[in-house]
Amino acid sequence: MTDSLETSTPGPDRTPRFRPRAVRSRPRSTLTKSSGLALGIAVLWFSILVLIPLAVVVGTALAGGFGPFLSTLTNAQTFAAILLTLGEAALVTVVNVVIGTIIAWVLVRDKFPGKRLLEIIIDVPFALPTIVAGLVLLGLYGPRSPIGIDVANTRAAVFLAFAFVTLPFVVRAVQPVLEELDPEVEQAARSLGASGRQTLTRVVLPALAPAIAAGAALSFARAVSEYGSLVLISGNLALRTEVTSVRILTYIEGGQGAQAAAVATVILIVALLVIVALDVLQRRIARRG
Amino acid sequence: MGNSRASKHILRWIAIVYVAFLVAWPVGLVFWNTFGDGLEPVIETFTDPLVIKSLRLTAVATFWSVLLNTLFGVTMSILLVRYRFPGKKLLNALVDLPLSVSPIVVGLSIVLVYSTTGGVFGVPLSQAGIQVLFSTPAIVLATTFVALPLIIREVVPVLHEVGTEQEQAARSLGANSWQTFWRITIPSIKWGLTYGIVLCLARSIGEFGAVKVVSGNLIGQTQTATLMVEQLYFDFDQEKAFAIASLLALISIITIIVVGLLRSRAEVKDPK
Repeated sequence: MTDSLETSTPGPDRTPRFRPRAVRSRPRSTLTKSSGLALGIAVLWFSILVLIPLAVVVGTALAGGFGPFLSTLTNAQTFAAILLTLGEAALVTVVNVVIGTIIAWVLVRDKFPGKRLLEIIIDVPFALPTIVAGLVLLGLYGPRSPIGIDVANTRAAVFLAFAFVTLPFVVRAVQPVLEELDPEVEQAARSLGASGRQTLTRVVLPALAPAIAAGAALSFARAVSEYGSLVLISGNLALRTEVTSVRILTYIEGGQGAQAAAVATVILIVALLVIVALDVLQRRIARRG
Repeated sequence: MGNSRASKHILRWIAIVYVAFLVAWPVGLVFWNTFGDGLEPVIETFTDPLVIKSLRLTAVATFWSVLLNTLFGVTMSILLVRYRFPGKKLLNALVDLPLSVSPIVVGLSIVLVYSTTGGVFGVPLSQAGIQVLFSTPAIVLATTFVALPLIIREVVPVLHEVGTEQEQAARSLGANSWQTFWRITIPSIKWGLTYGIVLCLARSIGEFGAVKVVSGNLIGQTQTATLMVEQLYFDFDQEKAFAIASLLALISIITIIVVGLLRSRAEVKDPK
């Protein structure tokens, strides 16, 4: 009876990383007849909805062989779109690392009237439909801007849209870790003679580094795959403000499925690589700390 | 960052100014643009039959996405937390995949699979007379795809936290697994599940890119509310675009507040 229910482990890991003793003596599977059936149906549904379609994208990209795949990517317009997307996503991620950490620090350690409002506003980009985000940015930074800043149809617009949709990632990753971090540790460092800067670089930042890295990975992956918020504001000008998502869409609308799949595959791989790389980095830092 | 009050103030103002210029002011401006000319354009927008049709389509897609993802999400979460089976780690990683896939790529994958000329599912379905692409089923599939991990991500940590004690007690007192599920498991994950459903709802209402690719954007037939915003804007019908955008923005702000309340409620209930 007790064997059919796995012991629970707290923490972010969904599976226990370390099971004390005698893994062999326990069965590899604890599925009963009905839970096995449920698993079968769930996996079937997941495959039909997600896995098979994504596999077909990669398959379509590689079906014509490596030659056509490569020639799609080296097409001047496509290559420019990939470079722009990766460059802007990296830039926005750097900005988010700095500003996101500052915002998280302010939300945890500072007290001022209106802080709760700031908390709510931080989450708006998560919940706002991306097309609405584009319209929203166009209001303040478009041709009818009340403050006279018009970045519509420029590369700055791409940056702005990326910055808007990725704002919450680093903040929300760092905030809980900072809440756990006892201010007394910082005070102890200070009372032992560390300067404010030393406390920051030796005590606070190392503790936050894994969370910052996790937030940065999510923010980069999101920026690379962004589409909706750019439609209205970036103008989608070839070689200038066109990002990869728009490029893929152009290929789809032109009936060029293989080309669309090739660019999509590159984006899929880049997003996954960044997430895996930062996950490894995060673990390494966590182990050292 | 230390203790100095000056640096504290500088950081506070950096945070406030950045968020104000990037989010608060622009979002406020959309409401201002909508209601600036009085209520008439707003009323006109929401009595327009095409707008009503697009809102209805968004509601249909959202309904199916929430229903399917709730069933799948709860089942998958329980399987991933309470059972052991070969391949579990891989499955655990794969269910998060939709979060890191571009909406355009999601759309592309559905177009490729359901294409009536050479799609793995599209060819047999079209022979059976079922049209998926450029109609409601494709929009439902795209919406469900993008929102898939949200409920699982909320329910799994809660299941870990509540542990198995109560479930074991119920079992040992003679409850069968169905009774245990309804009387013990579901009530204990109630808040996490609600939170996940709210997130799933917001994501489904707001989906744009994936739906745009699979819908064909046929006016009055396969246009969801977000697609309507784009089209109205490009047709220079900005008043209506702003009105629908305001409605969608309002829904998302309500979502955030509801989620915030649920979260603090869960935290209050937690330390017993």
